Amino acid sequence: MANGTASPVVRLQGVHLHYGKLEALAGIDLDVPAGCMVGLIGPDGVGKSSLLSLVSGARAVQGGTIETLGGDMRSRRHREQVCTRIAYMPQGLGKNLYPTLSVEENLQFFARLFGHDAAERRRRIDALTRSTGLHSFLDRPAGKLSGGMKQKLGLCCSLIHDPDLLILDEPTTGVDPLARSQFWDLISRIRRERPGMSVIVATAYMDEAQRFDWLVAMDDGKVLDKGTPAELLGRTGTDSLEAAFIQLLPDEKKRGYAPVEIPPLDAPEDDIAIEAQDLTMRFGDFVAVDNVSFRIRRGEIFGFLGSNGCGKSTTMKMLTGLLPASEGRAWLFGHEVDPKDLDTRRRVGYMSQAFSLYGELTVRQNLELHARLFHVPEADIPARVDEMIARFDLHASQDALPDGMPLGMRQRLSLAVAMVHKPELLILDEPTSGVDPIARDSFWRLLIELSRRDRVTIFISTHFMNEAERCDRMSMMHAGKVLDSDVPARLVEKRGAQTLEEAFIGYLVEAGGGTPEPDEDAKAPASQTPDASLTHVAIPRRSGFSLQRMLSYLWRETLELQRDRVRATLALGGSLILLIVIGFGVSNDVNNLRYAVLDRDQTTLSRNYALELSGSRYFTERPAITDYAEIDRRMRSGELALAIEIPHGFARDVQRGKQVAIGAWFDGSMPQRAETVQGYIRGMHQHWLADQARMQASTTTRTGEITVQGRYRYNPDVKSLPAMVPAVIPMLLLMLPAMLTALAVVREKEIGSIINLYVTPVTRTEFLLGKQLPYVGLAMINFALMLLLTVTVFGVPVTGSVLALTLAMLIYCVCATGMGLLASAVTKSQIAAMLIAMVGTIIPATKFGGMSDPVSSLEGVGRLIGEIHPANYMFTISRGAFNKALDFGDLVSSMWPMLLAVPIILGASIALLKKQER
Amino acid sequence: MRMLANVYRLGVKELWSLRRDTAMLVLIAFTFTLSVYSSASSTPPTLNNAPIAIVDEDHSQLSQRIISAFYPPEFKSPVLISHAEVDEGLDKGTYTFVLNIPVNFQRDVLAGRGGEVQLNTDATRMSQAFLGSGFIQQMVMGEIDEFVNRHRSQTTPQIDLEQRAQFNPSLDKSWFDSLSQIVNQITMISIILTGAALIREREHGTIEHLLVMPVTPTEIMLAKIWSSGLVVLVASILSLNLVVRGLLGVPVQGSLTLFFIGVALHLFATTSMGIFMATVARNMPQFGMLVVLTLLPLQMLSGGSSPRESMPELLQNIMLVAPTTHFVELGQSVLFRGAGLEVVWVQLLSLALIGTTLFTLSLLRFRKTIGQMA
Repeated sequence: MANGTASPVVRLQGVHLHYGKLEALAGIDLDVPAGCMVGLIGPDGVGKSSLLSLVSGARAVQGGTIETLGGDMRSRRHREQVCTRIAYMPQGLGKNLYPTLSVEENLQFFARLFGHDAAERRRRIDALTRSTGLHSFLDRPAGKLSGGMKQKLGLCCSLIHDPDLLILDEPTTGVDPLARSQFWDLISRIRRERPGMSVIVATAYMDEAQRFDWLVAMDDGKVLDKGTPAELLGRTGTDSLEAAFIQLLPDEKKRGYAPVEIPPLDAPEDDIAIEAQDLTMRFGDFVAVDNVSFRIRRGEIFGFLGSNGCGKSTTMKMLTGLLPASEGRAWLFGHEVDPKDLDTRRRVGYMSQAFSLYGELTVRQNLELHARLFHVPEADIPARVDEMIARFDLHASQDALPDGMPLGMRQRLSLAVAMVHKPELLILDEPTSGVDPIARDSFWRLLIELSRRDRVTIFISTHFMNEAERCDRMSMMHAGKVLDSDVPARLVEKRGAQTLEEAFIGYLVEAGGGTPEPDEDAKAPASQTPDASLTHVAIPRRSGFSLQRMLSYLWRETLELQRDRVRATLALGGSLILLIVIGFGVSNDVNNLRYAVLDRDQTTLSRNYALELSGSRYFTERPAITDYAEIDRRMRSGELALAIEIPHGFARDVQRGKQVAIGAWFDGSMPQRAETVQGYIRGMHQHWLADQARMQASTTTRTGEITVQGRYRYNPDVKSLPAMVPAVIPMLLLMLPAMLTALAVVREKEIGSIINLYVTPVTRTEFLLGKQLPYVGLAMINFALMLLLTVTVFGVPVTGSVLALTLAMLIYCVCATGMGLLASAVTKSQIAAMLIAMVGTIIPATKFGGMSDPVSSLEGVGRLIGEIHPANYMFTISRGAFNKALDFGDLVSSMWPMLLAVPIILGASIALLKKQER
Repeated sequence: MRMLANVYRLGVKELWSLRRDTAMLVLIAFTFTLSVYSSASSTPPTLNNAPIAIVDEDHSQLSQRIISAFYPPEFKSPVLISHAEVDEGLDKGTYTFVLNIPVNFQRDVLAGRGGEVQLNTDATRMSQAFLGSGFIQQMVMGEIDEFVNRHRSQTTPQIDLEQRAQFNPSLDKSWFDSLSQIVNQITMISIILTGAALIREREHGTIEHLLVMPVTPTEIMLAKIWSSGLVVLVASILSLNLVVRGLLGVPVQGSLTLFFIGVALHLFATTSMGIFMATVARNMPQFGMLVVLTLLPLQMLSGGSSPRESMPELLQNIMLVAPTTHFVELGQSVLFRGAGLEVVWVQLLSLALIGTTLFTLSLLRFRKTIGQMA
């Protein structure tokens, strides 16, 4: 196989990598031979994944040179050229897949990214899925696949573009042994068909590495040794890679290492710690756990062996009371499991599969917090925490944050946390998943000590065969059912197998759980595919902006949006409700103002004056006031918005032509309302004066009336709806689309599928536009619905150009969604993106954009923001088109500034988004 | 006792988490300082630099007198335009008001034949239009009256109207705006802080961890409420004292203690609301939508941006359910009108009732859904 001695496929020279202070790679020099299967072995946190992400171009090079496929990975041009020839499958089950998309859709998405046409895509997808046995699951959402199938799909997605270099980061971690062996068979078959392809694999399973062509053993960011498996075994004089690796380690690490030995269990048969009877868990139609029963004695180590998704975790959650069982019962220490029973909980330590410690707390703080929550007496806590730190060897990192620690150490911390209250029972859900052999062995030594010395009952789940072998008794689980339970050796015996793995595979095949090898299927189409000849022909040269790649993202985002009905419904339905509520609710027409009169005169004239107010629809009269103190009190309580005082001798003084003054107190705490009150009362006063004057004058000479005729243009009846609706629509269409897009990008960052941006030929522009346009589409549908509601239900017509309004709205929605993208380009967490989107839109929209106060009347920062914010121009256009009967020509001048904003906003988002992880 | 200890410890954990979340801290600081300051200092009185144009077809002493009555800061200096330019100016929004003084206006007025000045107002300019139109009419009438009175010695009653704005004599809008901004930020941050944090714990799987420990859902929820409540309370105390009273120089009449008791009660309600929304939403994007859809009405219809009196009665009654309605009322009463407990006990009681109801609802929902969160 090793025909690639000519020129290495990857060449590393003095490669360094730091995460903050942590050194991940410390000067790696390595030539990886081409055309063969290369394995990277070593504990977790030694830099295997970092190295692979550097080689694939997903992470930016910090120091040293990396040449992949004959070019420098620091050069952007080379990365762009070479990325169509590299396939990278990151660590984690289905990490780069889209869970709501079906198998077919996932494959289509990747195929489109690499520029295949429809017929070619069909052919490749059919060929790949047939040969992997996924063909009959094309319609199933990726999120609903089993772990093994997810990894096969990930592999198909990687192989869709016929890469010359395939990089797999722990592809089989967490996959059952049957699926695992199928996966490797698949890889060898593909390599037979495409002998030129180089494969680099990082793996945690040493037994897998045995079948690779060439191995690199790594530790602490350095290369320990390299060579063929046989060479490594020969050099170390060992007979297994696991032993060889341990031999290769520097002395200080080997010190204290000894193979795990298990003293026999000495426990009375009738001392039962856990008992389960017919436990069943249903999620809808899906039966996750089916009639599971078992009894575990005190001090026993009981194992659950099975693949991801077979019901191990669900069973454990039922035992802890996290999930109420659909059927069946379980007892811990003779007490029936009850989620409300806090005392039993204190006797149990639970370590969940997902790493779930608080990343924001240091190691010591995590331990202290848990000790306190489990009510370890305050005085004992420091000693207890110290004991845990010593016992689990966490001394060096007691003040570090868990997020920065290697996985093996985090697992030790998790166990320490689960043990800090000295529980009698430990429930450990895949505690060693992804932990290297040494760390795993030392972990097991801790478990054995706990079991044999401290008589702690341990219920553990695993997918490692050699761990299952160490258990006193074990159950093999598949698809919610227990296949068999017994002492491991007896299980092997029962099936007449050589190893536990063989026995398990036997049980799996018997249960019909494993998909039988689709060899017949596979050969026919696969051999039809002239893969080798296709290799580079089908891939178009990368040339700047590609519409197809953009459409590929667009299509995918649209599908995801379609699948998350709730989100779209909230956006559409919610906006209509808000339009109604705010449209009817907010008006600048102030009425029903409560007022009261302090009439000290009590004459016809004074009553006449008061009458002027009570006749107005703006005012509502309250009981009269008797003195100043009452004015003060009632106004302070908010009861009165206005108080009128008519002085003593008012009528008399008026008669004599003496100067008199009527007092008007009004509540100024809400200035806008106060201004209106001021206006009303002044007008009323003037009106009353004019009336009085006319009555006097009518006795002498008749004069013509002088009036100021006010005409409200565009909304003659001064109705609230026609005034509000044209403003509310742009306001909603700023906030909702911005919020949607803000989360769209940053979510990929949090979940991990952003890796596809890093390693596929898609450019940032294509990525962002593809993500943005579906939301622009949604916003425009939203606009159409709101327009319909406005015209039909509210009866507010568009008097001007509908075309201009629609066009302007389109530009505006591009701006609004662009702002969301900008928010998500600069943030890393969804919360932060959400807050920025909120802060960046709500205040400009409601205050600075000219919704109620025109921008020209604002001052300071608000004025500046208002002048440049697209919302300002959209309000103008919207009002122009709805109320002012303006046509296209009148409105176009307000469109230009918005149009100008588009490239600025998008340009900034593109510039701030990174094409490589840093 | 044990429950209190748990609630305290879990809450401290929340505070630790927040302390490490730099982005969140920066945003909280921003919203309570710059954001409050900028929006409070940007809004002048409604009639500020209002753009007005005048079509003077009379060219008389009277028309000159009217023109010169308009000057800053209420109005921009009037622009004299011709009849033909009126429509365009209003269409483009160059002017909010156009006043038309007809030919021979002065002559007709003096001759007692009457006359009509026309005022065109761009009604789409919302607040400015309604307020300004009335104001201009009065101004013009006043000018005409005075002019006429000087030419004829007619006696009109010598009755003045003495207007006094209580609590905010110069009707400075920044007083009110700064308060309503703080109210808005308190609501927004507290909902997002509790709700989004809960969703994040769920998405990262840490909630499961809490659930196997000897703590009850009630304790988990109470811990989240007190810790985020405390953060927002402290932020609002700082903001009110440093930004509003300090930088913006807004005088505060009533008891700050009373106001912050109100803030605490309000936070009890809004944080419960955040938790409730987080149990309804399945993921962060859905939560984001819910936040927008809840915050907008809370901000716009609670009386913090336009007066409640002018809303339809049905809506006014519906909004009584919202904590912000009572909180805004309480803030105005205490801070500006200097009202004491004898006045605002109603609001405090309402907030406590709403808070308790929301808390109970979310607790029920939290208990029900927390199993599915793990």
